[in-house]
Amino acid sequence: MSMQQRRPLASIRFWLTLIFPSCPGASSALAQGPQSTPSTLAPVTTPAHEIFGLSLFVLLITGTIFVVVGGLLAYALIKFRARNDEDAQHEPAQVYGSLQVELAWTVIPVLIVVVLFLTTARIIFAIQDAPRPKSALEVTVVGHQFWWEFRYPTLGIVTANELHIPVSSGRQPTSTYLKLLSADVDHSFWVPQLGGKTDLIPNHPNEMWLDPRTPGLYLGQCAQFCGVEHAKMLLRVYVDTPQQFDAWVKNQQKPGAQDAAVAAGRRIFETEACMNCHTVTGTAAKGTFGPDLTHLMSRATIASGAADNTPANLRAWIRDPNQFKPGALMPAMQLSDQQIDQLVAYLTTLH
Amino acid sequence: MADQTFPIPGAVDATRPRAGLLEWLHSWVVTVDHKKLGILYIVYAIFFLLVAGAEAMAIRIQLAIPHNHFVSPEVYNELFTMHGTTMVFLVGMPILFGFANYLVPLMIGARDMAFPRLNAFSFWLTAFGGLMLYFSFIGGFGSYGVGNAPDVGWFAYAPLTARAFSPGHSTDYWALSLIVSGFGTLGTAINIIATALSMRCKGMTLMRMPLFVWLLLVVSGMTLVTITPLTAAQVMLLIDRYLGGHFFDAQAGGSPIVWLHFFWIFGHPEVYVLVLPAFAIANEIIPVFSRKAIFGYPAMVAASVGIGFVSMTVWAHHMFTVGMTAVGNAFFVLSTMLVGIPTGIKIFNWLATLWGGKIRFATPMLFCIGFLFQFLIAGLTGIMLSVAPWNWQLHNSYFVIAHFHYVLVGAIVFCIFAAIYYWYPKATGRMLSETLGKWHFWVFLIGFHITFDTMHFVGLLGMPRSIFTYEPDRGWNTLNFIISCGGFVQAVGVLIFAWNLVYSYRRGKAAGNDPWDAWTLEWSTSSPPPDYNFAVDPVVRSRRPLWDIKHPQDPDWKYER
Repeated sequence: MSMQQRRPLASIRFWLTLIFPSCPGASSALAQGPQSTPSTLAPVTTPAHEIFGLSLFVLLITGTIFVVVGGLLAYALIKFRARNDEDAQHEPAQVYGSLQVELAWTVIPVLIVVVLFLTTARIIFAIQDAPRPKSALEVTVVGHQFWWEFRYPTLGIVTANELHIPVSSGRQPTSTYLKLLSADVDHSFWVPQLGGKTDLIPNHPNEMWLDPRTPGLYLGQCAQFCGVEHAKMLLRVYVDTPQQFDAWVKNQQKPGAQDAAVAAGRRIFETEACMNCHTVTGTAAKGTFGPDLTHLMSRATIASGAADNTPANLRAWIRDPNQFKPGALMPAMQLSDQQIDQLVAYLTTLH
Repeated sequence: MADQTFPIPGAVDATRPRAGLLEWLHSWVVTVDHKKLGILYIVYAIFFLLVAGAEAMAIRIQLAIPHNHFVSPEVYNELFTMHGTTMVFLVGMPILFGFANYLVPLMIGARDMAFPRLNAFSFWLTAFGGLMLYFSFIGGFGSYGVGNAPDVGWFAYAPLTARAFSPGHSTDYWALSLIVSGFGTLGTAINIIATALSMRCKGMTLMRMPLFVWLLLVVSGMTLVTITPLTAAQVMLLIDRYLGGHFFDAQAGGSPIVWLHFFWIFGHPEVYVLVLPAFAIANEIIPVFSRKAIFGYPAMVAASVGIGFVSMTVWAHHMFTVGMTAVGNAFFVLSTMLVGIPTGIKIFNWLATLWGGKIRFATPMLFCIGFLFQFLIAGLTGIMLSVAPWNWQLHNSYFVIAHFHYVLVGAIVFCIFAAIYYWYPKATGRMLSETLGKWHFWVFLIGFHITFDTMHFVGLLGMPRSIFTYEPDRGWNTLNFIISCGGFVQAVGVLIFAWNLVYSYRRGKAAGNDPWDAWTLEWSTSSPPPDYNFAVDPVVRSRRPLWDIKHPQDPDWKYER
């Protein structure tokens, strides 16, 4: 969207901030760029901007209807109230209806519906049927109870819970196409600043696209109830500058770190149940039920955003995942303290 | 036996003693009287209203602050599932059918429903369905073997309901109890249709039938069409779970999308099944307290029938995010927006009824005015949600929760309160206290707006529904705290109401036959009405028979067409 189109949005943001002063963080929620509130009012992609622009148009129409009809209601209640008991004794003139009046006020909603429908249809087609650029990055998103798997088929990368995509600038427009799948039940991919949500449904591949214009970290979470830990299926999307993204890709493409100093921990990983569910490339661990851990330490959080990725949290998580996410599908591993120390020492080398 | 006053030696006293508690209860269990069944429905629904309200309070305590541990995730999921299921199936439908049962025969001058035994059978099916749903708390095991009540959401999206993801029997309780109560609902719907079509008193043509009866007729027709796919879907679900079926099992080639279609082709018309009776109540109360005939009666009938038909074509607006084609999305945008036209006509007609009247602000009218204001907003947020691209943002957010609570509470519950204040005198012979009623109205109104107005904003700020907790850095903390506070204000309002019901039953002013100076037939008989309703079959010549009697020089039948 051009700067010309964006200016009225800025002034409307100002008014929204004035109208909703009671709304804490309203000003920050309406600010540009990444923020901790996943606000639908601070769009940074073309689809999100188009939706926001459309929503303001709809808000204008519905707001006008509200003021007119609400005003008529208030006027009628004040003007036609029974003033005193004596007044109430006499019944008012009885009016049974009027075909002309009925017709008149049927035509107005019809016209409003026509305008709203045409405007909406234009944006639906603009977003859903936008031509797909050849240069678009492809990412396959797989929803799991209760975490996200991200696969970059063209780059040979598999990661989890923290999606990295390149920023789209005027000089270098880059869009990312997400193919949405599910391994178990319905989920929904929703990062409000990046656009609307699309569901991940088993046996029903979906697609959505993003072209974020401002780099940074964008927050979201699963938006379709998917079971006991639905609330902790958080979503982090890093929009990287081209340099950051290239560096990230290079790192992710490396096999898992092999450090002789933590060989004991690696042996535990490969001989205990860990390897049944997790993958670390370059080792015997090729499980696919849980997140790929090859570059675990490149992620800021564990357990799909439920906890910071620190050695202490890793230790606590392995000992008992339920303390962060009751109902998480990873079992408590029943390892000795020494084994956990060695395992965590190994995991923390997986940069 | 009253004349057997002289003692006969050795004779057994045949005078019936004062009915004992057991006998009194027995009379309620075996009754086929539409008025008693109506009251049973309403009492049953008010009981579950308090239960589901308590569940809502627990939900709001849990969400008042981030990372709260008031309830576990498993219990939270049960709470919101049971809250939704209870409010829709055990509160909304029974209370509205209760009013229909009580009022339809009285309004059309009949002595009972067309099928009194079917009526009783339907009520007890519904009642046992509800009891079975709540029996799951002690009788079943939920997902992950932790909970034991249904915990898959009131929409129960497949494949979360498959045995792989929902082991134990909580989902079975959900499906079976709704099948059972669904059959009860169908029985009542058939009964209402038969009653309205064939039991009207002399002179009451269809176009002289009170709008309340018209709307219940439309609702009953819709019920027949919409409960059926829900029942079918639940049978399919049970086949999937126990007979190795694969209707919704994606792993074996089934389609979770099929469940969505079945559920929402029930679920969306269901909203209108609930809201049309609310309109029906407003259609009776607004004219009486404006002292004017309803404006545009034929248009109101047409709009109601129109809403009934159009509402069957809009279900997939609950599915804008499941990946339909652009054309599919556009179709359901249009069909959804079309509902706005007949609905708009209704709002204009209510306004025109107020216009030029002499409005009395008694408690029933206050609740109807609250309904008008809130339904206006609910309709407009409904238009916002029908805009598919915006829906991609708002779907499954708290904005949606705010919208449908504006419909279900702001419109329907307000109308139900209005109806109870309006017809309680007819059913009990006593007026509800106006002072308590006004306290109830204002406290509940303020609590309602604190809670549900705020919910729109937290939804716009990206908070999804169905989450048992949220991260503290999301900017939702203060708003959620405000929402929870509003919930408790509403609870205070409901408690005032409950006290009013009890207090006025003993101490309320005597009502007389016609306390509101109203115009439909139920006000021509005593309060409470005798078992046979009318000693003499009424004969009517217009839509407002009591108006004709009260104004013989200026009767309606001279003007109605």
